[in-house]
Amino acid sequence: MLSDIFQWIQGSILSPLVNLVVPELFQDEALLLLGILVKIVAILIPLLLSVAYITYAERKIIGYMQCRIGPNRVGFFGYKLLGLGQPIADAFKLIFKEIIIPSGANKTLFIIAPVLSFAPSIAAWAVIPFDDVSVLADINAGLLYILALTSLAVYGVIIAGWASNSKYAFLGAIRSAAQIISYEIAMGFALVCVLIAAGSLNLGEIIEAQSGSFLHWFWIPLFPVFLVYFISGVAETNRAPFDVAEGESEIVAGFHVEYGGMAFSIFFMAEYANMIMISVLTSIFFLGGWLSPLQGVPLLGSIPFLSDHGLIWLLMKTSLFLFCFLWFRATFPRYRYDQIMRLGWKVFLPITIVWIVIISIMVVAEIPPWFN
Amino acid sequence: MQELSLRMLENYLPILIFISITLVMGMGFFIVGYVLGPSKPDSEKMSPYECGFEAFEDARMKFDIRYYLVAILFIIFDLEIAFFFPWAVALREVGMVGFWAMMLFLGVLVIGFIYEWRKGALEWE
Repeated sequence: MLSDIFQWIQGSILSPLVNLVVPELFQDEALLLLGILVKIVAILIPLLLSVAYITYAERKIIGYMQCRIGPNRVGFFGYKLLGLGQPIADAFKLIFKEIIIPSGANKTLFIIAPVLSFAPSIAAWAVIPFDDVSVLADINAGLLYILALTSLAVYGVIIAGWASNSKYAFLGAIRSAAQIISYEIAMGFALVCVLIAAGSLNLGEIIEAQSGSFLHWFWIPLFPVFLVYFISGVAETNRAPFDVAEGESEIVAGFHVEYGGMAFSIFFMAEYANMIMISVLTSIFFLGGWLSPLQGVPLLGSIPFLSDHGLIWLLMKTSLFLFCFLWFRATFPRYRYDQIMRLGWKVFLPITIVWIVIISIMVVAEIPPWFN
Repeated sequence: MQELSLRMLENYLPILIFISITLVMGMGFFIVGYVLGPSKPDSEKMSPYECGFEAFEDARMKFDIRYYLVAILFIIFDLEIAFFFPWAVALREVGMVGFWAMMLFLGVLVIGFIYEWRKGALEWE
């Protein structure tokens, strides 16, 4: 469906436009570039809107979990509309706030840091397959690219903390950096398990490898790894209950304590974009991405519309994990730092190492129904 | 061969464009905020934040050696992961020989892991 829309845009808008404006010699290249730009915009706008509205969802959901109603005043054109205007109002407020660059700060690094944490969190979306044909860059090393870009996030954190030249920022940054790299180990080993099971680095092929029915998805043969991956994802994004890097009660806001206005909101957007990213990746690696859960189910699987694969399933699975992010924050008290490190190194790492052995035996022995 | 590598590069072109756009967007947000926001600096506002106190001491201070240790351990394990990736993709082709070779490698890694656990490198009291 997505590809049909794109075909239509390319056929009836882009190519006449290119024919009209660009000289004959470069028309193919221009069409290619314009096509890429259209696809990028088609990813960016929904993504930024979701980033804005997940802050609203967070306040609303946590509000209801605590018997409050959350934001419900700001609407559009005089109507309250359950407070749906809140994220837009927040964005405008932040744009018009002062950006303070402390006198002791390293100015260049101070400015680079938010950009460096924002860019990878968005750019990682280039290889996410939205359905069986719609993906911006269908590269063979998709998973490697994801791993590389999510690893870059730690630079933004540590540069921000160092450049601020403030004690809270510094403490927050080293805590956060040590935590992120610790959980990245568990995450990396979890990804190795997914790779063994799927036999490909291409995200589209990883999803194809799970087709059959919802029992063929990797969440069953990789169940412990599935949990490890998602919990590590929560820790990677510095979300509650692993948010010692922010630790409001002790170090105020951690690495971004000196940032205000738009500079702060860039960090904020990066954090929420990363949350969405982790949710999408978890649903791709373990819940079959855009595969329909009704596929292969007797009776239900023959319903024509529901058993079709498509973007809607990916969105639903992603929303499930995003809800879990918010639910965790409302439910769990913050971990102590030594408990966080113990969980990462002494629990998750051994589990994933053991599971690498188990899953590779399962693959070599061709255990059905997943690996025959 | 040349055509193949060209086609591969073509696959990566959208990524290059996407990364550049995100970098520009990040800078753009910063600049918009800088231009549209007020700018009334004073010495109190520009000093590092320290909960109502005058900042005493520099923030470039000593920190716990264990953070450094974690970073070193990270490098080792991350390298291991880098070794695992190609093996994991090719496991179906390399068969039993490849499987046992990697188990040997993993065994060495696990011995090292147990050693550092027993030595207390993972303790945070």
